Amino acid sequence: MANSNALLTSLNGLAAGLFLMSSFGLAATRQMQGCLRFYITQSICLVVSALLLGLGLHAPDLLAVAVLDAVVKPIVIPVLLRRTVPEAVFRRREIAQVLNIPSSLLIALALTLLAYFLSGYLPPATGSLASINLPVGLAGLFIGVYTLTVRREAVPQLIGIFGIENGALLCGFAIASGLPLVIEMAFPFDMLIIALVIGILTRMTHERVGTTEVGGFTSLREGIGK
Amino acid sequence: MILLFILGLLLMAALISALPLGRRVAPAVTVATCVAVLVLTVAAALRVVAGESVVTIRNWIAIDGLSALILLLVATVGSTAALFSWGYIAREKSSRHLRRYYANYNLFVFAMLSVPMLDEPNLVWTGVELTTILSVYLVAFENTGEALEAAWKYSVLTIMGGAIALLGFLALYAATRGRYAEGAYTWRTLIVLAPGVSPRVLETAFVLILVGFGAKAGLVPLHTWLPDAHSQAPSPICALLSGIKTTVILYVILRLIPVLNSSGKIDVDEWAMVVGLFSVGIAAFLIIQVTDYKRLFAFSTVEHMGIILTAAGIGGAAGHYGAVYQILNHTLTKSFCFFAAGATLLAVDTRQIADVRGLIRTSPPAGVALLFGGIAIAGAPPLAVFLSEFSILRSGIAKQHYVATALLAGFVIVAFFGILYHLNRMVFGQPDPAIESAAPIRLPVSCVLTLILAAAPIIILGVYMPEPLHKLLLMAADGLTR
Repeated sequence: MANSNALLTSLNGLAAGLFLMSSFGLAATRQMQGCLRFYITQSICLVVSALLLGLGLHAPDLLAVAVLDAVVKPIVIPVLLRRTVPEAVFRRREIAQVLNIPSSLLIALALTLLAYFLSGYLPPATGSLASINLPVGLAGLFIGVYTLTVRREAVPQLIGIFGIENGALLCGFAIASGLPLVIEMAFPFDMLIIALVIGILTRMTHERVGTTEVGGFTSLREGIGK
Repeated sequence: MILLFILGLLLMAALISALPLGRRVAPAVTVATCVAVLVLTVAAALRVVAGESVVTIRNWIAIDGLSALILLLVATVGSTAALFSWGYIAREKSSRHLRRYYANYNLFVFAMLSVPMLDEPNLVWTGVELTTILSVYLVAFENTGEALEAAWKYSVLTIMGGAIALLGFLALYAATRGRYAEGAYTWRTLIVLAPGVSPRVLETAFVLILVGFGAKAGLVPLHTWLPDAHSQAPSPICALLSGIKTTVILYVILRLIPVLNSSGKIDVDEWAMVVGLFSVGIAAFLIIQVTDYKRLFAFSTVEHMGIILTAAGIGGAAGHYGAVYQILNHTLTKSFCFFAAGATLLAVDTRQIADVRGLIRTSPPAGVALLFGGIAIAGAPPLAVFLSEFSILRSGIAKQHYVATALLAGFVIVAFFGILYHLNRMVFGQPDPAIESAAPIRLPVSCVLTLILAAAPIIILGVYMPEPLHKLLLMAADGLTR
């Protein structure tokens, strides 16, 4: 038993480590396709972590969530985005970003350190198995917010939001197992509608304005200089 | 049962509106449904006032005084905005767009009604997310470059806020787990269990939710999307967004105040007052430099969210009463203001303050409505907003928060003059001769009717408060206290 638990802990550590790596990727990659791939990797890590926690903590609800998330996050959402967002948007290779890659990585590193300090302010994780999830999830959340702020393109901004949500859920699995199934099911469902609505919004913007570089949208501003 | 019935009605209306049954069916169904929902919510609120418990599913769907007040306000603005839409949206030529508008409208009202009805905090989070997602299309409805830009900023910033708040809700759940009966996790449970939770965790959860939902409610500094979305959306949607949606989100934040107070180790009042005053102050000065009259009212919404939060922070029975009283008056008045702005837009076809002069001569109904709305929202006596703002200032002095009260009074006065300065120039002054000589513009009947119906409560509440409503406000204030 102790052996299998140690194995689960190290496997969960591996999943969390890959999760963090893909968060860094989200913040730094310059290709639209790469951005989506990093999101898929991150979601798979989330699902694996939920599975391991479900096994280790004997929490059947986490297993159910893992199955649901495994379908929605790495499969349905990317397919949905591919279908709603015009192909031309996905072919872009050099996506604009306010800061360059080295500074982005340094900031992501700083945010990770911050997350390690702040994770003590969250409720303690259930068992030592899950404790790695707290700082990594929080770091994922922070890096997601950072990605959202510096990206100037529609789809990478949306993926930044998904990164925030993934981070929040990675923390959430560690502290809040045993949520009623109704609520657990609401989360992936919510993500699905967000992907659909924003995908359609991106398509409308592309058709109407001709670009999805939302960072350049500045026609709505106040007073002076207008 | 009544609560489920309300939700079911709206879902059915959304379905019927989406079907291709002719251009008149969707608006008619929407107005009829919203009025029926209003009648049902009044019935539910009266039962709450009479002291009965309105519980549909125990621990999941139930209302108390505070949620009954919010429910009533959503249903009220839902009805008036539906009526206003009838004439306002009729300009849209494509029947398909029209149907999509009304289907989305019903779903949006459905989502807003679900938030006060739900009793399980994690489900409330889902309801709040739905209100955001289901209104994105409504904001983008005009399909212009500006509308899409506004919808984009709106969705990205507020969904980000939602994701941050999610962690706060999960932390709250985790901190109290296992210390209540199976499946009995409600707002009430949180208040009861708060003293046993580590204050550090409780405060972290509160700050996460304050930041996350503060972005959705338009609190400074994450308010930047609000003037864009609330000015670019069609006017009836602006009335819903500004009048009630922001309030619904703020309601969730207010729900946490008694939780933190019952813990006894966190000064939540200070949090509320500082964040609230910050919003009031920034918004008051932004109002002065607007160039677009719908943005003017949008900034006034940021100001009022701040006033409500400050009042909740002042605390005590009087402060909490002031907060819920302000919620009531702000919702009624601000929705009227956006109807007036919509009527003005129909009459002059521009959003720029500088391009509108002498409105009272070119379109008397729009001019009168805009002037009345401006005076009412700025807080001139004897109208409703004046009374609630006055009661908040009085409670602030009684609780000896002199600095906060003085700042609040100062900012409110700045906003007062800012609003009236702009509207005065629009309503009076010399109209452009070319416009003046043209035939006066006729507003759609449904729009004029909405303006009259929406103005009535603002005037009446200034001089007379019906006894059941007063009782409901007392119960709602009580919900903030303990």
